[in-house]
Amino acid sequence: MTTSTNSFDPHIASDQTTRWATFTTTMQNALIITRREVRDSFRDWRILAPIFILTFLFPFLAQFVAARFSAWLTGFGAELIGERTIPFLLMIVGFFPISISLVIALETFVGEKERRSLEPLLSTPLTNTELYIGKTLSAMIPPLISSYGGMAVYLTTLLFTELAWRPQPMLIVQIVLLTTVQALVMVTGAVVVSSQTTSTRAANLLASFIIIPMTLIINGESIIMFLAPDADSPSGIGALWAIIIGMFVVCILLLRVGNAIFNREELLGRAIDQLNIFGVMKKIGRFARSIDDEGTTASNLIEWYSKGVTLSLRRLRTAMQVAALVFIVAFFAGFLFGQLEQWRLPLPPQDEFLGTDELSNATEIMSSFLNTSTQSSAMGFIILQNGRILLAAMILSIFTFGVASLTLTPLTYLILGYLLAQVLIAGYDPLFLFGAVFTHGIIEIPVIVIAAALGLRLGSIVTRPPRGETVGEAWMVAFGDTVKLTIALVIPGLIIAAFLEAFVTPRVVIALLGG
Amino acid sequence: MIECNDLTKDFGSFRAVDHINLHVEAGSVLALLGPNGAGKTTTVRMMTSILPPSSGAVRIAGYDVVEKPEKVRSKVGVLTEQHGLYERMKGLEYLDFFGQVYHLSKDERRKRALALMERFDLTFALDKRLGEYSKGMKQKLALVRAMLHEPPVLLLDEPTSAMDPLSAKQVRDAIVDLQRGERTFLITTHNLAEAQALADRIAIIRHGRIIANGTFVELAKQFVGEPLMELRVKGHLNGLVQDVSNLVQVDSSGDDWVRYRADDPFETNPNLLRHVTGLGVDVITLAPVSQTLEDIYLEVVREDELLEGGTHDDIH
Repeated sequence: MTTSTNSFDPHIASDQTTRWATFTTTMQNALIITRREVRDSFRDWRILAPIFILTFLFPFLAQFVAARFSAWLTGFGAELIGERTIPFLLMIVGFFPISISLVIALETFVGEKERRSLEPLLSTPLTNTELYIGKTLSAMIPPLISSYGGMAVYLTTLLFTELAWRPQPMLIVQIVLLTTVQALVMVTGAVVVSSQTTSTRAANLLASFIIIPMTLIINGESIIMFLAPDADSPSGIGALWAIIIGMFVVCILLLRVGNAIFNREELLGRAIDQLNIFGVMKKIGRFARSIDDEGTTASNLIEWYSKGVTLSLRRLRTAMQVAALVFIVAFFAGFLFGQLEQWRLPLPPQDEFLGTDELSNATEIMSSFLNTSTQSSAMGFIILQNGRILLAAMILSIFTFGVASLTLTPLTYLILGYLLAQVLIAGYDPLFLFGAVFTHGIIEIPVIVIAAALGLRLGSIVTRPPRGETVGEAWMVAFGDTVKLTIALVIPGLIIAAFLEAFVTPRVVIALLGG
Repeated sequence: MIECNDLTKDFGSFRAVDHINLHVEAGSVLALLGPNGAGKTTTVRMMTSILPPSSGAVRIAGYDVVEKPEKVRSKVGVLTEQHGLYERMKGLEYLDFFGQVYHLSKDERRKRALALMERFDLTFALDKRLGEYSKGMKQKLALVRAMLHEPPVLLLDEPTSAMDPLSAKQVRDAIVDLQRGERTFLITTHNLAEAQALADRIAIIRHGRIIANGTFVELAKQFVGEPLMELRVKGHLNGLVQDVSNLVQVDSSGDDWVRYRADDPFETNPNLLRHVTGLGVDVITLAPVSQTLEDIYLEVVREDELLEGGTHDDIH
């Protein structure tokens, strides 16, 4: 036996190493894993058999069904539906094999964990990213080969049969892209699922979180394919492009979550599939009362506000900046949108408007709000309305990596920008609009920025937890901050803003309108 | 070669490893002993940079496990508690895969794999699927995998646990050979005889804490006292015990034997022999009573248990 030590060091990129070189090294190392896994998959008849059947037999069945269905519909004069069945079945021929990717991914990640074969691999110099990419590719390649093969067989058979469908090339490109992003979504989703379990059985149970949304998407795509007015467009179906882009974004987010979760500690640290709800609630409660990073709880309300709330606001700084930026962009987008000729409101010029009964009607309407019972119920309604939108955005954000917070809440600012554009175009003095917005907005806008930022952070933190924290720990801290700032700032802020909006804003607007 | 300073690992509120300090010189063997769940595997995982320490530091071959994890992992060979082989692969193919991971050239991979397989009598199984390997063969192959890239540090978790006596001896011989070649070993095992035979130093871990650390002689002296000698005479002792107790510290005695502690056997034993023979007693044997690592281990754990009990009592 030789005793010399090994002095190679291909895994460590030196400071001078270019990004490209790092990328190539990462891919080279990842492909070592991929080659082994793919070879292993092709040795398993449970994977080989369905791949063979779905590649070489199923396309003929699909072609047969398409021909019969098309012929049958022709009898009813519905040739168009029959014809559109053909690309639909092309998509199905492509989708069935990629459904296997989910099985392979669950097997590749959690199966290996279950068989304890992961630890020797984790003890090698491969980085987490290399392992993650290698395994993700290995879960995707066999099903995608089968999928592309199946589609090729299906399209080839069409050339030699009575079905004279000659598709738009772009539609085929779209279906191939859809198949690829769907496989990627399922595999990256499977990694996230796998990381939360210690057995393939549990992973298969959790896989319904991937299968059900994917089935709904396939249903939606089917409907689009049958009903799309631009089905024969050379640039493809617009709605399908939207789905491809949307799923691509989901892929990127899931890849980030997977990469964050796919680390050695997470993989080996989880010993049992048990959720300690009481423990989690207790931790969240502690973080909600904490005044420092160690989780020390506040001894009184003043300390909680002065140290705890400011600490959480500091942690939320980046998310608040992003939310504020999105709101500003939404406002300007609304303003620009309002410039478009076809979207303009037919407002009369200000001089005419001020002279008409409409103004006095408006001031009368505003004045009618100025009685206590109407104002009180308006205040309740405003709190309820703002509260439920923010709550919905926060809850949806958890499942959408924070996207819901950045899509639901900025709508108001989009509309405000649009209205400002209309007011300016009509030549009105915009002062009354500022009065209508900023009287209560001075409180409401920062509160909504905070609430949107909380939702954004709660959803997005799983894609990149702070260094040294696991996804679970980071999420619990974020949830604790959400509870803390909601109680400390959002709820009181919404109440004060609603009070101002119900009791003060109408008076300001009337005064500005000269009423 | 291996340096752990104040190494601690917490899993939530559970402290698995509690401020341990270990130093293993290059070319030496450290046996890390301890009951199940004591923190041995967690310690090894931190040394391989699989788990980051909660506090403290580990340096392997000069590299910090947190700052240079990939570098550390390229310098260690690990035999994990569960060998975790890919059952559908063949023996040679499996080693070739790990050789690729360590970026060995194709020829080098094959050369090293064949040499190691031969050394551990696995040549006949080169082209067999790993699912067909016996438990001991799998264990040996996992060991070959750990040695394939010729790392300067080997961390072996129960290296001979599933092996027959002959295979276990092959592994022990390999460790001794490699140690001569300046390789450093950390072995965790429950086989105390093996640990005693192989280890230069022994550390005992319990509840995440190192409760004993030293050479066999140092630990024996610390926990079971000075070397124990036994004098066996012809016939009955007839009051000899009383007589020799002025010279040595008598531990126990029987009809024809007496055991005593000898802090310096080179001085004590000749004096005692002269004295006894001068009394006309025929000496049959004077020999050391063998102290095993098991005696030491049990004593260390017992003392720690007592200490813990005391601590608990103090608290209550």
